[in-house]
Amino acid sequence: MIKNIYNLGDAALYCDFGDTVNKETNLKVINYFNDIRKKKIKGIKNIAPSYNKLIIYFDLELTNYKKIKDTLENLDISTFEATKTKLVKIPVCFDDEFALDLERVEKRVGLVKKEIVNQLISQKYFCYMTGFIAGMPFLGDIKEKIRLDRLETPRVKVPKGSVGITEQFCNIYTFESPGGWNIIGNSPKKVFTKDPNKLNLIGPGDEVEFFEISKKEYSKFNEQK
Amino acid sequence: MSKNSFKVLRPGINTTFQDLGRDNLYHVGLPFSGAIDKRNFLIANSLITNREDDAVLEFAYQGPLLEFSGSQTSIVITGNVNFKIIKKDTSEIKGECYRTYDLKNKDCLDIISTEKSVYGYLSVKGGFQLNKFCNSYSTTVRAEVGPNDGKKIEIGQTITLNDADSSIKKSLEYFNSKIEFIRVIKGTNFDYFSEDSIKDFTSKDFTVSKLTDRMGMRLSGPKIKNLKNTNIKSEGLGKGVIQVPADGDPIVMLSDHGTIGGYPKIAVVISADYDKLAQCPPGEKIKFKIVSLKEAENLYKIYTMETKNIINKIK
Repeated sequence: MIKNIYNLGDAALYCDFGDTVNKETNLKVINYFNDIRKKKIKGIKNIAPSYNKLIIYFDLELTNYKKIKDTLENLDISTFEATKTKLVKIPVCFDDEFALDLERVEKRVGLVKKEIVNQLISQKYFCYMTGFIAGMPFLGDIKEKIRLDRLETPRVKVPKGSVGITEQFCNIYTFESPGGWNIIGNSPKKVFTKDPNKLNLIGPGDEVEFFEISKKEYSKFNEQK
Repeated sequence: MSKNSFKVLRPGINTTFQDLGRDNLYHVGLPFSGAIDKRNFLIANSLITNREDDAVLEFAYQGPLLEFSGSQTSIVITGNVNFKIIKKDTSEIKGECYRTYDLKNKDCLDIISTEKSVYGYLSVKGGFQLNKFCNSYSTTVRAEVGPNDGKKIEIGQTITLNDADSSIKKSLEYFNSKIEFIRVIKGTNFDYFSEDSIKDFTSKDFTVSKLTDRMGMRLSGPKIKNLKNTNIKSEGLGKGVIQVPADGDPIVMLSDHGTIGGYPKIAVVISADYDKLAQCPPGEKIKFKIVSLKEAENLYKIYTMETKNIINKIK
């Protein structure tokens, strides 16, 4: 299942699951991630799953690359449990005030706002990974009709709550941050909660659905402030 | 309620509570954080006879000006730091790093600046009165988590200390040495870069730029030319990872880095040299040298042994 294992520096190990980014490959990554976490292997300090990679950080005072690599190669994957997932519904306001890149998106994909919004909210998304900034979910795949490249020059500050699209993915900026995704809306929902028992509302493997809310509903709902 | 506290008269540029860092949360997007210069962090807590993992205040460039209220406490500062203690009667004591000092009611601690380095540490006997977030006292400002609501310390705020009135008298002779090379291991995209660029990377000087903070360190020098692809599929990052974006200027990930990134990785700084790299201020020139994994592992053993030896010399 893991195609290749390399070292990333002296205190991390890099597992490659193949070149393709799709749900099937990603679910393998997530299954490994969940299983390794459960096993509490000595010396492992952190595990970062992404589309098709798993990076495992370890404590060089307790273990090393070779030991962790051996452990991984001898994992019994037949005992892996299917990843438990949940459906999370996220309200989004597409008011012009929040849709910072609407004009660019309309021009590039040749659709008007209403059509773009309908394309985005008409399906469920799969969460491939969480990160970059705390709690930010990388969701996919969006409809072919609304796919486009990143901004040529990334924004220095993308407002907190922004909902952006690029290539086959969409995401939610859980904090104000630099970023290059095309911003078409904003969610008032707190996706990174700071509650230690459930830090992020959306985790790898979860499903997400967006629903449209008005500016008025947005103001009433706002958890971001 | 403790009777000992500091009032923040000047917060300094980037002053945060830190400890050894926070594990097991990369998958939600939280990096380790923690004190950037681990050795100086450990020495600070040892000198003041705190627990190894007690929280300290880490500052960068300019540190805070703090007014002490209470009966008395002991403090120590580690790093290359210029500081003074202003007594209640306005007389001044020039501070020396790696030496403990007593503070009495209304004494002020003025941490003026770090010298030819970036980070310094203040440890207080008994520690600061803080709550852990997910098993750690480290602050990750960008995610607003950790002590002090995840924020840098601010002017006018009060920092409460744990009760500890005993006077500590300890000192250590120690100098922060520089090293000739920052040693690295080849990164997972090492073969993306041109032969000439690899040669430049391992022989020419790179300068630490002003675009440097706890998240990352940008370098300038010869442009690193990518022959394959200037973007990769976003994947996990780690501290010490050196990414090269399309503009050809390398970026070293530091302790508060974004957990996911999509630029090719040319190299990774070895664990033994991370503290020394992160202490290089803007304008300083550095050189990289490639070592094997085996060498890096041995160098880390030496690094931890040296740290223990330094701590054992505390009098």
